[in-house]
Amino acid sequence: MSAGRRRVSRRVPRSATLIAGCVLAGLVLAVAVVSFFWLPYAPDDTTGGRLMPPGLPHLLGTDKLGRDLLTQLMIGARVALEAGAGAVLIGGLVGLAGGLAAGFATRWLDDTLSALLDILIAFPTVLLAMLVTAAREASLGSAIIAIGLAMSAIVARLTRVLVKRVLAQDFITASRTSGTSWPRVVVEHVLPNIWPTLSVNLALQFGLAVLAEASLSYLGLGAPPPNASWGRMLQEAQASVFIAPAGVIAPGVLLVVLVVGVNLIADGVRDVADPTRRRTR
Amino acid sequence: MTLLTVTGLHVRSAEGRDLVSDVSFTLGAGERLGLIGESGSGKSMTALAIMGLAPPGMTVSGGVVFDAPGLGRTDVVTAGERRLTSLRGRATSTVFQEPLTALDPLMRVGRQVAEPLRRRRGLRGRALHAAVRAALEEVRLADPDRIARAYPHEISGGQRQRVAIAMALACDPALLIADEPTTALDVTVQAEVLTLLDGLVEERGMALLFISHDLAVVSRIAERVIVLKNGVAVESGSVGEVVNAPRHPYTRELVGSARRLDGALEWRTS
Ligand SMILES: Nc1ncnc2c1ncn2[C@@H]1O[C@H](COP(=O)(O)OP(=O)(O)OP(=O)(O)O)[C@@H](O)[C@H]1O
Ligand SMILES: [Mg+2]
Repeated sequence: MSAGRRRVSRRVPRSATLIAGCVLAGLVLAVAVVSFFWLPYAPDDTTGGRLMPPGLPHLLGTDKLGRDLLTQLMIGARVALEAGAGAVLIGGLVGLAGGLAAGFATRWLDDTLSALLDILIAFPTVLLAMLVTAAREASLGSAIIAIGLAMSAIVARLTRVLVKRVLAQDFITASRTSGTSWPRVVVEHVLPNIWPTLSVNLALQFGLAVLAEASLSYLGLGAPPPNASWGRMLQEAQASVFIAPAGVIAPGVLLVVLVVGVNLIADGVRDVADPTRRRTR
Repeated sequence: MTLLTVTGLHVRSAEGRDLVSDVSFTLGAGERLGLIGESGSGKSMTALAIMGLAPPGMTVSGGVVFDAPGLGRTDVVTAGERRLTSLRGRATSTVFQEPLTALDPLMRVGRQVAEPLRRRRGLRGRALHAAVRAALEEVRLADPDRIARAYPHEISGGQRQRVAIAMALACDPALLIADEPTTALDVTVQAEVLTLLDGLVEERGMALLFISHDLAVVSRIAERVIVLKNGVAVESGSVGEVVNAPRHPYTRELVGSARRLDGALEWRTS
């Protein structure tokens, strides 16, 4: 009954890790949201003087071109979240579709799909990003597509295993014997049963995608200026790390805060998404 | 009236092993047939093949013809998936051996029982809620409201099996297939569930295909029995005939061990 499902949200169990994760990730999200409405300086404003130390009027100082670091950091938060969300959306949808297909496939088709996934997983993300960039241009969109596609292979392989495990269970056969069609079996039983594990993995993948975007930007395969990315900030500040450490510390710390926060959320989601793991009722 | 006619049913695995060979029987409306045999003899496979649910890769041949009232004649072996989906539930439904795995662990019990009621009888909202309650009460579950809100891991094995029976009956099938429904339960609960099943099938005039490896259990609930060994039906007849005058050595062994167990029990209780 629908009433039974709805009750879940009302008694979501409290999970310390989930709360801690939401606080950390929420911090970055808040910074990103503020960046849409207010920035200390224009992103391409170079009037601040080069490599100014933290203080006033530039709270975190400036970079080697004289741009305000706080401004770049705030835009970077936006870019990091967009990268994570975009990649998880692409990777999740493509991976889920592929994984479901492979999960239902039997014999030679299953073998073929599995081999294909193994090859895709072995394919380096950086190489994929270079190919996508060559086909389109160096942009955040290209980076998201590359990261999302690389992620989809991992998600698909996990989904395949999870689907096979669920399909082997008696309750699927029981549901089929009472005349439930395949599409309904997928919606009613397969997806809910793979979701607890899959959602945890997607949350982890979000963190990895944020790191991957930073790496690609570091290599010049991400968003071009003035769309500051934490990865490119790190790369630009690297040469002057001893004169102006804030340029490295600030994006580094936020990167860690976001990824740790997302991983804690992943842990917390595990406890909330699976009723058989809940202690309290 | 004949509900189910199975002729020369054959199931061959992907590797070419014969799991069920040349099994034939008929089942009339309201009749009760027991299918007995040791573990791995092909009992479950026979049941799955009857519903057109043999695992992918298996080859099923022979005839499995349903002639359920209002559903027309269907040959399960040759029918398409759409036809089979509409046949399942109305013509047959199943209670499985292991009640924990036969219920979706992530779905509240009430919702699982509601599903066939919604689909088969088109019930919604309050009427559906009442029907779920009634279905749970019918299988003698005390406190049906609590059970309906619980997840399968939050209720006992016996309660789970009653829920599974409620789900199977909610479809109101012409034939109920019970695949070792009491094997996973302890002896007292076993007797209760058996009595319950007996009564409910009787009340509704359903036909019953009862699968077990336990001759004593089958002889309590079935009228006729088929003995399966390595996928071959080695003996069939009324329960009385098979128990009193077993012809095949394997059946004699089964009857013998059932009697020895009975004897031991009588000796202990006297
Ligand atoms: N998916 C499958 N693929 C291949 N062989 C299978 C499969 N399922 C069952 N078998 C084989 O089919 C044979 C019959 O199995 P079945 O499950 O029908 O036995 P059973 O009589 O129901 O036994 P039990 O009393 O243990 O439930 C066994 O030898 C088994 O190994
Ligand atoms: Mg079996």
